[in-house]
Amino acid sequence: MPHRKDLETLRKEKDRWAEGVETSLEKRPERKESFTNTSGIPVNRLYTPLDVEDVDYMERLGMPGEYPFTRGVQPTMYRGRYWTMRQYAGFATAEESNRRYKFLLEQGQTGLSVAFDLPTQIGYDSDHEMARGEVGKVGVSIDSLQDMEILFDGIPLDKVSTSMTINAPAAVLLAMYIAVAGKQGVAPEGLRGTIQNDILKEYSSRGTYIFPPRPSMGIITDIFAFCAERVPQWNTISISGYHIREAGATAVQEVAFTLANGIAYVKAALDAGLEVDQFGPRLSFFFNAHLDFLEEVAKFRAARSLWARIMKDRFGAENPRSQMMRFHTQTAGCTLMAQQPKNNIVRVAFQAMSAVLGGTQSLHTNSMDEALSLPSEEAVRIALRTQQMIAHETGVTDTVDPLAGSYYVEALTRDIEEKAEDYIRRIDEMGGAPSAIEQGFVQKEIQDSAYAYQRQIESEERVVVGLNRFQTEEDRPSGLLRVDPSVREAQIGKLEALRSNRDGDAVQRELAALKQAAEERRAMMPTMIEAVKAYATLGEICDVLRGVYGEYRQNAVL
Amino acid sequence: MQGKKRIRVLAAKPGLDGHDRGVKVVASALMDAGMEVVYTGLRQTPEQIVEAAVQEDVDVIAMSILSGAHDYLFPRVMELLKERAVEDVLVLGGGIIPEEDIPSLKSCGIAEIFGPGTTTGDIVRYIEEHVKR
Repeated sequence: MPHRKDLETLRKEKDRWAEGVETSLEKRPERKESFTNTSGIPVNRLYTPLDVEDVDYMERLGMPGEYPFTRGVQPTMYRGRYWTMRQYAGFATAEESNRRYKFLLEQGQTGLSVAFDLPTQIGYDSDHEMARGEVGKVGVSIDSLQDMEILFDGIPLDKVSTSMTINAPAAVLLAMYIAVAGKQGVAPEGLRGTIQNDILKEYSSRGTYIFPPRPSMGIITDIFAFCAERVPQWNTISISGYHIREAGATAVQEVAFTLANGIAYVKAALDAGLEVDQFGPRLSFFFNAHLDFLEEVAKFRAARSLWARIMKDRFGAENPRSQMMRFHTQTAGCTLMAQQPKNNIVRVAFQAMSAVLGGTQSLHTNSMDEALSLPSEEAVRIALRTQQMIAHETGVTDTVDPLAGSYYVEALTRDIEEKAEDYIRRIDEMGGAPSAIEQGFVQKEIQDSAYAYQRQIESEERVVVGLNRFQTEEDRPSGLLRVDPSVREAQIGKLEALRSNRDGDAVQRELAALKQAAEERRAMMPTMIEAVKAYATLGEICDVLRGVYGEYRQNAVL
Repeated sequence: MQGKKRIRVLAAKPGLDGHDRGVKVVASALMDAGMEVVYTGLRQTPEQIVEAAVQEDVDVIAMSILSGAHDYLFPRVMELLKERAVEDVLVLGGGIIPEEDIPSLKSCGIAEIFGPGTTTGDIVRYIEEHVKR
């Protein structure tokens, strides 16, 4: 930090300079009266050491790999190993998705990320009435262990790490993954990967809930406990700001609401009798990389620092691994434009770069055609190549946290952290994230931001290239991926065959055992694994739990 | 209001899709434009949507789907409206709908499809010009 005397000189110099600028503004006005970022934080004309006078280096930033991890979670960051390049993929049947995964691995992708269709995410088999029109559309359809066996056929589960975007039925899919691995001869201890398992943001932002909050939190802590013992390398939750941001939140709101949810999970696990350093190291996070480049870089750094403080000060975590926030990032789907879709390649590149400069552990880059449909193979390849170019060609990976020390980035990192803390304080006063969501507070805040953003676009205060400025006449894009509607029939055919070929008595026995475990609020994972091994379907398992826990009904707020 | 009835709109999310940013932004804009909006919330079956439209006596049904299930759910809603002889309601669709699906959706009675990049101003204008009663 600069010396006092230097700062005094600087203050005088800055005042002198500012006066000069003010007088020249009459002749050469700035583009806007005032500048603010998406979080509503004013952006000054110039940042100098005066703006970060109060930022104590060791207290607020520290060394990489050390508390509070502002500069990154590893001491050498990308000099040691690049982030995991992990494209979210899955559509139609397990057979087709298996082919896409093998394609991605051949292209140099380093981890898998499974997208499930909505019936799977909401615990319906493909032949359920509510599944009509949705089977295989936004992800792969999984009805039973049989589909999971096909999905990972020829993919060695001791070699890849797999992330699964699954929330309400996360326990079932994890059980299936463990069972598939078992058939490959891989023990749970050897599995690496992530289940999203973050139900709170489903109520507020993403919508794939099944059960009410209380039993849902119980299932989550059950998974924490089971994995701490049996699947020690598994990330038991991916506390997600991504969808909160996609729903319209600002950068500050993304950090605040995500960490408030994180606090709720930690509390629930402590209430269930777990030790913070027992499950803390396996908590992981998931953020969005949006358009405002420097705001995003600052956001990632602020989130890391704030979480470290929360874990240490609020929950007394002593293990540095419990304090360090590891996170996955996806570029912002909501910023992709249907107009001039190739421009999206450039948007994605900037967003991906912000995630790398923000110190992400893994990254998904969106494909240019995703405002129109699921991505084509060509579009996915370009998206993956974008990450490979950042890693191998740009040089930003050769030193740790290269934007640190920028007066602006440091000031913004501090501001975002402080503003997110203010929000978390308000949420604490409401009784924590579950209450704030129940009261509709989180939803309303997000909605107001979404509407404000849209109004800025419509008033052209916010320029979106190709949408409200710089439009061109263009042809309809071609070569978009379509999911064949016959997927539903194929899945129903498989289900019927499965139901007649499996040992029906064994299925009933395992489902009854599961029901009993759920009713008695006992550990469920071991029973769940036995049920999936007997080829009980996802829908059957979730129906048992619906019977015990009931179903959540959304209280829609406008 | 001076005698002129306010336009009533049912904003609906059919199917399992949880993306409600768009429908809520549109609903807010319609309200700001002086319309009355009833929002169904997520996970509505076609039956529930048609029932709500009849109960609420709306002039417009505005449905949003981003999951690709529009090819089944939109026509199903139109079928049920026809069964109940509801003919004076303007039905609109929005979301991620491929261009090539639009003709068949329109032929079953969806008046207009609004894709990504549509302004809320466009939707307000369209409703004001095309509302059937």
